[in-house]
Amino acid sequence: MDKVHLEVENLKTYFFTRRGVVKAVDGVSFSVNQAQTFGLVGESGCGKSVSCLSILRLVPEPAGRIVGGRILLGGENLLEKTEEKMRKIRGSRISMILQDPMTSLNPVFTIGDQLFEALQLHRHLKGQSLLDRGKELLKKVGIASPEFRLRNYPHELSGGMKQRVVGAIALSCEPHLLICDEPTTSLDVTIQAQYLSLLKELQQQAGLTMIFVTHDFGIVARMCDRVGVMYAGRMVEVADCRELFNNPTHPYTKALMSSVPKLEMREERLLSIEGEPPALYNLPTGCSFAPRCTSRSTECKMEEFPPNVEVEDGHWVNCWRYG
Amino acid sequence: MMVQLKRINDTWKQFRRSLLKLQIRRWPVVPILVILTFLLMAIFANLITPHSPTEQSLPERLIPPAWQAGGSTDHLLGTDVLGRDVLSRIIFGSRVSLLVAFLSLLIGGLGGTLLGVIAGYSGGKLDAVIMRAADSTLAFPMILLALLLAVTLGPSLQNVVIAISITLWARYARAVRGEVLSVKERDFVAQAKIVGCSRFRIIVQHILPNVLNTVVVLLTLQVGWVIIVEATLSFLGAGVPPPTPTWGSMVSDGREYLVAAWWISFLPGIAIVMVVLSFNLMGDWLSEALDPKLREAAVG
Repeated sequence: MDKVHLEVENLKTYFFTRRGVVKAVDGVSFSVNQAQTFGLVGESGCGKSVSCLSILRLVPEPAGRIVGGRILLGGENLLEKTEEKMRKIRGSRISMILQDPMTSLNPVFTIGDQLFEALQLHRHLKGQSLLDRGKELLKKVGIASPEFRLRNYPHELSGGMKQRVVGAIALSCEPHLLICDEPTTSLDVTIQAQYLSLLKELQQQAGLTMIFVTHDFGIVARMCDRVGVMYAGRMVEVADCRELFNNPTHPYTKALMSSVPKLEMREERLLSIEGEPPALYNLPTGCSFAPRCTSRSTECKMEEFPPNVEVEDGHWVNCWRYG
Repeated sequence: MMVQLKRINDTWKQFRRSLLKLQIRRWPVVPILVILTFLLMAIFANLITPHSPTEQSLPERLIPPAWQAGGSTDHLLGTDVLGRDVLSRIIFGSRVSLLVAFLSLLIGGLGGTLLGVIAGYSGGKLDAVIMRAADSTLAFPMILLALLLAVTLGPSLQNVVIAISITLWARYARAVRGEVLSVKERDFVAQAKIVGCSRFRIIVQHILPNVLNTVVVLLTLQVGWVIIVEATLSFLGAGVPPPTPTWGSMVSDGREYLVAAWWISFLPGIAIVMVVLSFNLMGDWLSEALDPKLREAAVG
């Protein structure tokens, strides 16, 4: 039951630019069990999206390149596969939902055309069976009058509906792993809640393994079984969801959680983390969070990034205070 | 259940109706009629001309158009200095203009589009090579090129088409490349990659249709330009050679008679204006009509 489905080992994805080498993902490791949801949390630019693209091997070339590590899907290393094999895997074994539904759909084709594309490519469906499967998928994601909607163009749908369609496309070939890159960020709150319920339901129905990228702890609490916190291209804390909320260990995680405003708060000023994330082409030595850390010591600016330390069962932190 | 089905049916019918209403109300009827007229003229030239366009008749030279004093219904638009019927020559001239436009846009326009897509999507060296080739082509004055071809290889329809195509392709390549660069970055292209589409499929199925709008509008707007260029070349003597009548050479021939026999230059000139204007107006309308978002706004 608790079989490891996806294992990312020491993933390194760099971008080679004129200004220098941008270490977007610099030695990230995490594993996701079957039918589990793994949350990837962090600020903008911390490397969450690039990690996901790396899993699919869709890192923008020629500047971006996966330079090291392994990505094991059901035991097979995805980084060793040929492009042709990857193309067969994309869409059928691994699928992804992007952030902005407004631009995820091709404006000059109908919803139906786009929904059918994956089905035609991977399942080779045609004619009536294709249509039926399309209607079935739209119904599954909660879209009323699917026959009518199949003939609509993207601009005729609201944001929430578009994101549901994107979900339908992602799930059309029954993938084993679904990566969601901030799928609700551009939806308004009520639609957000509906969409998350839908995702959860679909996951339970299909036993789907999910990676959920977000910067919203509320969504993490609701959706994720296990969470990884990233900062400046590295993983700084990994724990089960409940454990992370009860016992946040890394100073960054603690700072993030306390900066979320709560209803019962009496203070007039919102807490924020001082300073800015470092430029990824010019990372500081030692712990990359040290310049902004309130509990830093001289150790923290040492040569290396702090190693993985297990503070509780299954709860790992990268911090010199615990190392 | 029946109620819902009926509702769906009604909505669909209403949608179709409003789409039709939109089209008829907003189609540029006059330009399309003009273009169709000239098109039919070009195709059925043999059947509708009252006289042969090349038959000279010296006793019948310089007859004014029918509505002027001295005109006759035999030559509705008069005759030129060699007694050739102006109306027949205008009709046959439309053939040349439209044929040259069609061929040049086919070769130059579509060829340029293809190269633009390849350049935009591939990036890197291929992009650089194609763009430098385009830049050098644009730097070369087209009229000079056409004259060169005319002088070295002799004036002919092929040479005119070649000369115009060579100038055209670079404009399309650049415009299309720009579009491709921006379309490439849009999420639905990433989504297509996520679904597992091959490079070829992404270019043909996803990028090209989004670029095609620009291309079609460019094509329509450039028809006018090409016709004028062809006329200019004929005027300069580097175009399609006599005895084939072309609007440009007709304007040129009538130069010396502008005061005495204005109709020789003026009437083909009017033909040029009508066709070019109609294509431009149609191009403007097309650019609005092809944008699905604007279309929806007009309906709803």
